[in-house]
Amino acid sequence: MKPFTYERADSPAAAAAAVARTPGAKFIAGGTNILDLMKLQIETPTHLVDVNRLALDRIEDIPGGGVRIGALVRNTALAADRRIRKHYGVLSRAIVAGASGQLRNKATTAGNLLQRTRCPYFYDTAQPCNKRAPGSGCAAIGGISRQLAVIGASDHCIATYPGDMAVAMRVLDATVETVSPDGGTRAIPIADFHLLPGDTPQKENALRPGELITAVTLPAPLGGRHFYQKVRDRASYAFALVSVAAVIHPDGSGRVALGGVAPKPWRVDAADAAMKHGSRAVAEPLLAGARPAGDNAFKLPLAERTLALVMSEAKAA
Amino acid sequence: MTHEPVAAEAATPLLSRRDALLAGGATITLATAPAAALGQPMPAPTGADAQAAAAPVLMEVSMEVNGTARHLRLDTRTTLLDALREHLQLTGSKKGCDHGQCGACTVIADGHRINSCLSLALMHEGSRITTIEGLGTPDRLHPMQAAFIRHDGYQCGYCTPGQICSAVAVLDEIRAGVPSHVSADLEAAPAPTNMEMRERMSGNICRCGAYSNIAEAMAELAEHGA
Repeated sequence: MKPFTYERADSPAAAAAAVARTPGAKFIAGGTNILDLMKLQIETPTHLVDVNRLALDRIEDIPGGGVRIGALVRNTALAADRRIRKHYGVLSRAIVAGASGQLRNKATTAGNLLQRTRCPYFYDTAQPCNKRAPGSGCAAIGGISRQLAVIGASDHCIATYPGDMAVAMRVLDATVETVSPDGGTRAIPIADFHLLPGDTPQKENALRPGELITAVTLPAPLGGRHFYQKVRDRASYAFALVSVAAVIHPDGSGRVALGGVAPKPWRVDAADAAMKHGSRAVAEPLLAGARPAGDNAFKLPLAERTLALVMSEAKAA
Repeated sequence: MTHEPVAAEAATPLLSRRDALLAGGATITLATAPAAALGQPMPAPTGADAQAAAAPVLMEVSMEVNGTARHLRLDTRTTLLDALREHLQLTGSKKGCDHGQCGACTVIADGHRINSCLSLALMHEGSRITTIEGLGTPDRLHPMQAAFIRHDGYQCGYCTPGQICSAVAVLDEIRAGVPSHVSADLEAAPAPTNMEMRERMSGNICRCGAYSNIAEAMAELAEHGA
């Protein structure tokens, strides 16, 4: 790791201000992703603002329905929360499908949203990567692309968003709440939070410099049956090749999002509208415009079949 | 030539290999460490100093490790694992991959198992840390240590301290109702089944492949109590 200075923040606005006024500063919460990247010198912050002491570690009921999940609620605590297990099962299922018990005990709600891609070319500092070194090129295009994106990518980057939690939050229409260095707050729909790479793959989300996530809110419970089906190379502790997050009602209507296939959790209105008509009818609009890179073309039939599995389980219930 | 190792051993009859390595390490540290590392005062860094942060920065941290209060002055980059191993000489926790993938560094921090390699020591101000040394001793084994021995839950032993810390915390997680990927019903209390043990221990890699015996040691303890 490169040397850095360190401070503990005592309020969200002060933390945001500290990062905004210090060039090269970053927040650290659970640290499970940023410390890994710092050891590889992919991340080289000159100053860390530790936000772990902020009082953002509670899950609260929102009057009128829904819950507010503090930014520092650990993944284990979120997956185990009684309200989340009962009313937002897709979210509990997605969280326990990811990482290991040790990592989930440390990883936070906000940090999980911000985790970086696991594209092997992003991790290999000997390779060009437009996300790690803007303008250097993309070694993944024409490289080994088995894990990489089949849809939503660009000529500059074909990395996937690696997480599971955010895919469930996308299907639940979560909202990301933030505080800015000037103390102002805003609410960003999860659909707008993660960005497609276009020609600026280094810009991965809608946050502005110094802006700090304070909470994620979920709307009132949707009912229906909740599914998170993850397909990966090992039975546990591996990133998704394809994952399907779905909420399905008794009449077959519902909503669906995909993980492991795109630079962000992937959801399409026309696919939700086709839920009553079977997996083929859903997969077609959901994956319209897909451009597999070669090694990863298998993800298209895999996504449709995983969808078919989830929809048949919903029917059998 | 062939007698030299014997002679060397004879010359240090009361010094274990670990003690010899520790002594050697300390000598090298004294010879090469900058003044700051030897406890000379350094100004506390602030945000404004960050641009100039090319040199190592030292800060102080206090935590309770295995029931003993510890106060350390550390390079900000020091992970909890390195603080335990290199500064407190608690070498039970192992450095396997150093990237949170193998679980050999697993310790229990404030009741939760974590990868100590992916946490800065400074982030643990006021924490209560339990390592394998704090769980039990050769004379007074923790019930999980005894169960690992009964079930032959290891071979080379390198991953074992992390496996045991993880296993102890897994049983607590099951008792607390934390669901796992293989829990059939999210709302029901999870059962301490073999499948649950395997899933929940997936963050601890064992190159010798002692997995089935580890799961049996855990199941026995879950069934018959600690």
